[in-house]
Amino acid sequence: MLCVQFLWILSEVQTSYIVSSVGHMCLSTVVMAKVLGVTCAGDQSLFTSLYTSLAQQLPKEPMEWRRSYGRAPKMIHLEANFVQFKEELLPKDGNKALLTFPFLHIYWTDCCDTEVYKASVKEDMQRWQNILRLHSSVDWLIVVVESDAKKKNKTNILPRTSIVDKIRNDFCNKQSDRCVVLSDPLKESSRSQESWSSFLTKLRTLLLMSFTKNLGRFEDDMRTLREKRTEPGWSFCDYFMVQEELAFVFEMLQQFEDALVQYDELDALFTQYVLNFGAGDGANWLGSFCAPVRSWNGLLLRRPIDMEKRELIQRGEASLLDLRSYLFSRQCTLLIFLQRPWEVTLRALELLHNCVQELRLLEVSVVPGALDCWVFLSCLEVLHRIEGCCDRSQLEANCSHTVGLWTYATEKLKSLGYLCGLVAENGPTSEDLNRTVDLLAGLGTERPETVNSMQSPYKKLKEALSSVEAFEKHYLELSHAAVEMYRAIGRMRSARLVGKSLAEFYMRKGDPERAEGFLEESLRLYVAEGWSLQVTHTRKQMAECQKLLRQTDDYLQTSALLAGDANLNQEERTHFCQEILSFASQPPGPSDQTVALSMAAFAQLRQLQFSPPGAVVHVGAALQLELRVRCLMPVAVHVGQLAATLHFSLEQGGARGRAGSSQRRPGQGPQGQGDGVVLFPQGSPLSGAGCSLTPALELYEMQDRSPSDSSLNSAGVVCKNVHLLLRRHDSNASLDTPTAGVLPAAVAVDDGAQMLRARDVTLQPGDNSILFTAPTGEPGSYTLRQLCGSVGRVQFVQSHIYPVVQYEVYSQEPQLTIEPLSDNLLAGIPQRVKFTIATGHYSIKKGDALQLSNTDSMPILHSSRCSATILSSTGEHMGERALSIQSSEKVTSISLPPTPPYHTLEFQLEVLCHIPPAPLKLDSERLTNGEVRHRSKSRSHADSAMIHIDQKVSIDCPWSIYSTLISLTFYVPFKAKHTLLSAGRRKYIQVCLQNVSDSNFHLADPVLVERQPTTTVELLSLNAKRQQLVCSQQSLFCLWEMRWAKDLPPCLQCEFSASFVPISALDPPAAFKTYRYEFQLDRVSTLYSVKAEICPASGDKHCRTGTLCGLEVSITRQAEPSETEGEEEESTEIEGLKTTKLMYEVVDNSSNWAVCGKSSGVVSMPVAPSATHRVQMEVMPLFAGHLPFPNIKVFKYLPHSAAQVIQPDTDSCLENDNLSLLDKGLDDQGDTASIRSRGSVHSVGSGEQQREQQRGLPMPRLEPFSPGQVFNWTQGRQVLVLPATDDHVMEVNVT
Amino acid sequence: MAVCIAVIAKENYPLYIRSVPTQNELKFHYTVHTSLDVVEEKISAVGKAMADQRELYLGLLYPTEDYKVYGYVTNSKMFRKLHNSFTDVMCNPFYNPGDTIQSKAFDGMVSAMMVQAS
Repeated sequence: MLCVQFLWILSEVQTSYIVSSVGHMCLSTVVMAKVLGVTCAGDQSLFTSLYTSLAQQLPKEPMEWRRSYGRAPKMIHLEANFVQFKEELLPKDGNKALLTFPFLHIYWTDCCDTEVYKASVKEDMQRWQNILRLHSSVDWLIVVVESDAKKKNKTNILPRTSIVDKIRNDFCNKQSDRCVVLSDPLKESSRSQESWSSFLTKLRTLLLMSFTKNLGRFEDDMRTLREKRTEPGWSFCDYFMVQEELAFVFEMLQQFEDALVQYDELDALFTQYVLNFGAGDGANWLGSFCAPVRSWNGLLLRRPIDMEKRELIQRGEASLLDLRSYLFSRQCTLLIFLQRPWEVTLRALELLHNCVQELRLLEVSVVPGALDCWVFLSCLEVLHRIEGCCDRSQLEANCSHTVGLWTYATEKLKSLGYLCGLVAENGPTSEDLNRTVDLLAGLGTERPETVNSMQSPYKKLKEALSSVEAFEKHYLELSHAAVEMYRAIGRMRSARLVGKSLAEFYMRKGDPERAEGFLEESLRLYVAEGWSLQVTHTRKQMAECQKLLRQTDDYLQTSALLAGDANLNQEERTHFCQEILSFASQPPGPSDQTVALSMAAFAQLRQLQFSPPGAVVHVGAALQLELRVRCLMPVAVHVGQLAATLHFSLEQGGARGRAGSSQRRPGQGPQGQGDGVVLFPQGSPLSGAGCSLTPALELYEMQDRSPSDSSLNSAGVVCKNVHLLLRRHDSNASLDTPTAGVLPAAVAVDDGAQMLRARDVTLQPGDNSILFTAPTGEPGSYTLRQLCGSVGRVQFVQSHIYPVVQYEVYSQEPQLTIEPLSDNLLAGIPQRVKFTIATGHYSIKKGDALQLSNTDSMPILHSSRCSATILSSTGEHMGERALSIQSSEKVTSISLPPTPPYHTLEFQLEVLCHIPPAPLKLDSERLTNGEVRHRSKSRSHADSAMIHIDQKVSIDCPWSIYSTLISLTFYVPFKAKHTLLSAGRRKYIQVCLQNVSDSNFHLADPVLVERQPTTTVELLSLNAKRQQLVCSQQSLFCLWEMRWAKDLPPCLQCEFSASFVPISALDPPAAFKTYRYEFQLDRVSTLYSVKAEICPASGDKHCRTGTLCGLEVSITRQAEPSETEGEEEESTEIEGLKTTKLMYEVVDNSSNWAVCGKSSGVVSMPVAPSATHRVQMEVMPLFAGHLPFPNIKVFKYLPHSAAQVIQPDTDSCLENDNLSLLDKGLDDQGDTASIRSRGSVHSVGSGEQQREQQRGLPMPRLEPFSPGQVFNWTQGRQVLVLPATDDHVMEVNVT
Repeated sequence: MAVCIAVIAKENYPLYIRSVPTQNELKFHYTVHTSLDVVEEKISAVGKAMADQRELYLGLLYPTEDYKVYGYVTNSKMFRKLHNSFTDVMCNPFYNPGDTIQSKAFDGMVSAMMVQAS
């Protein structure tokens, strides 16, 4: 059998591979076509005829690839590279090449003739098998192709199975699947397709099996090799080649992830070695990587495989940068296959950082600037590579991934520029030029890939290093690109940092104008976010910039801030302080004005203390302010003048004159601090940012009350620090920011305004205390507005003093108040009252006196020993002065001791208010002394209400031409009440004296006398002789019997008097005073006596409940009415007999009795002594027991008269109504009468009727008798009532 | 080992910052401050993506040639220690949240985490 064999040797594979990969990309397609090596033996022409179908069909269906070491199975498409079998192709021992490894050996035959088979084919197969066995290759397959065409030609055809069986029998010992049949492969029949399908499945399975087995073996070998890495002579480069082969295989199978893993493992291994080297554990093979860096031409990412570098590694001649570059280029390629370009950028940045570190760690000698070149080129190369595989929109969306590389490139270019003297103002020196030449030499020649490109990194770097202008152009281009990108993705801090770097560049170039903006932006950010070191650093740069720009004001402001900056050392601070001081001491030029700077940089207000602490003083008083200031300057600074301007407002309270210090709680000044201390909030420079950015809201409640009745008009909330909250954050107007331009004109201090001033103050570093004397010339409110310290031409100004500091100056009118010492002043007893004179602006001179108009009702009891106390405006005790009091008939003059203004004079006097003889008539006014009015008003709110007397005192004060009227209220401690008592004809007078005050009294000698003594009446005292104690709210009753000789006077005027003395534990017993009570008794004598008897029902001994009893009432005339009484009592003459009409009425209010039948009636009493009238009535007891008699009332019955009819007296109308009813229906009302008597007589008859009667009919009138005129014998009498015998209802009350 | 440890308030000012080679302090401050850009970015990204799942680990923030800046890492012992110590500071009733941290205990803990200056 003729076998045309074509052989591919390893180098050929590689060459074709390399050649195809040098063209742009497409490594995968090239390699993939020849993925797995498969050899073909046997009938070559047969194979050739089948090759096309086979090559097409094999990769069509994926196979599940199960992997060792728990790796996840994958579906892969297998492709094979079919080559003709040759013994040389079989790998010899130790050859680890995977790429050219023949994974499967196939023997093709279409032999169907047993003879032929036996003759040649078997032999050939045998030989083939022997070779395979020799190389211990077990992955083989015999394919028998059958075709009908061939069968027909042969006559002695054996059944096809026989050939296959033979082959199986001969070769496939227990491996019958190693021989497959392919039927009619070139025909389009279903049988053919079925045959193809099973064949391909078999082929794939075997191929994959072999591949997996061999790959596993390869990996094991590789691991073994790796484990030997600690042995001497182990070479990283050799190992690198082995593992890379694995990576290539994965890449061929399009398993890029797995391929990447191989490179990452190599990367990590190498990194670990470098780190170990750094830790002192060096490996021999690392020595080759420590060679000095001679070439720094950057990464090359435009080739899939950089064969130059690979060969260097293979030869063990690669430098660290070569190895890293090659490794990264492979990773980059794979990542781009995996469509992860942004990972490339991140890894690139990491790689570049890492390489720089590794070279440092391995102590590789590098020409200065060489690494900068390498990094710069690499950054740009990566960026170009990424730009090559992404479109613009993708790039813009992923700025955050690329901006790091841009910035890194910018930094490196900048440092190259500094290194090569391209930033200096004078251009590069010859030394710089030499260095540049050396650096350019290390770049070598440009790579062929980019020679034709205009914008290659290589060209850029060369150009940038060629001249100052070109460098500037490239540097600015890169910087601005970086800033723009940072801005676009919102990384403002990074943008500012690049900007600051630009500012430094401009400063080096001597272009402060352009630097200023960048510095300002950065500074604002750092100030806003409170990064003090950056603030200090940037501020220093700013100062330099401003000095160059001759911005004197700004420079001085910045200097002030720097002089007070704790981050700087003393020397630097002193320098900046001296800058200010030397400017300040320069004589001002004609056009120069003073320079106003922010106080905040110069000094901090710590606290301010008022003395006196209340911060409220009267006009002309001394008020001192102690200001504590922390000076931030490093040296003592002499301040020519430290002044605080005052805002004066004529506050209402100030103008009107304050009512005195009592209205203002002591020590509570406008500052609300108890001790008169105002503390200024401290923003420490470190934490200042958070606080100064958003100051806390300071809210206060505001209430607007109506001045007249202090009712609430409106209420609201006021923000006190609105000027801090609402100011624009970006505005430069605030003096706090050092970048402030021109200060507002308001800063100019007006000398005319009132101010606190301290001259020639030397402020030491740290805390200083400055004492100001506040102007208190005019009453009003003074608010501190600005603070200004002048140092030569420089003024340090604080435009707002916060919190608000203010003090008040008031002017006060002199004022006299008189107030009782106790709660209530009692009339009749000496009482102490306190005189208080607030002098106000008036100064009491010697000889000034108070003139009190005397009143009879209230004498002033002065003793010789009387002194006044003088108090200062702050309540301090200033001393005691004697007080002289002279009394004349009309006035009492109190000579006052000399007292300075705004002091208080206090003394006490005793006064006595006489009790007017009671009862006092309502609203009786009596003018005493022409002008003093004594008015007393009796108010009776409750039973304990005291009668009070308002006593007005008129006082002439020395400071006023008008008299001052002062009202004092005295309370009468007693209340008296009199009663006339009768017993038959005998009469008694009872007086009840009630102590309504809160004090206890002793009472003695109650006396009752007639005011106009008559001989006829004698008053016989029935009272105890000794003193009686009457406690608060208790009463004393006194009784007198009246005796008279013949006739009683119709009217008796009496006066009751008793002596009383207050009982006090403290004071010695005082003298008794007399309380008088006048009253008048009219109609004293008894005219009628009423007797009543209750008789039980007949046959009964006692009354029983529910049984009618007889009530017999007898009215007897006791005395003839006197002249005067007769007038009142209407008498009529009937047939010569003079009678008086009386009406009686039996009422039982306690519901003990039911009056049955007639309960009232009118009787005519003859005007004769002892005339008696008897009336019989029936009553029924409702309860058992001793029941009091029902009330029997007797009235005068006056017939109608014209005048009386009109009188709309409701009471009498009702009585009329009753009477008419009673008169008419006394007999025929038996049933209802009892009810009526129990209830109310008034209920009968409607109101309508009443009015008609009132209008139409003349009505008789009822008039009660005066107490004592009718004596009721039954008063207090009781009658025994037994319970009814047949009571079947028992009432039991349990309480 | 750390060369610089900073605790930053949410308003982006430093509550605590300490670095070991003191001569490079300024550079560290600039680096820390600039890396706040990334912190802000990551925090806002976290806020958008998974509001409830609060991942405290921000990872590598800002690699530079010489140093790497990491954001608050909870999964390493180092940062857990820092967090615990920070919690202690916050629990101090005399500490006013927002003030710079002056606790000696915190300082000592930070020192232990830092590269020992030789």
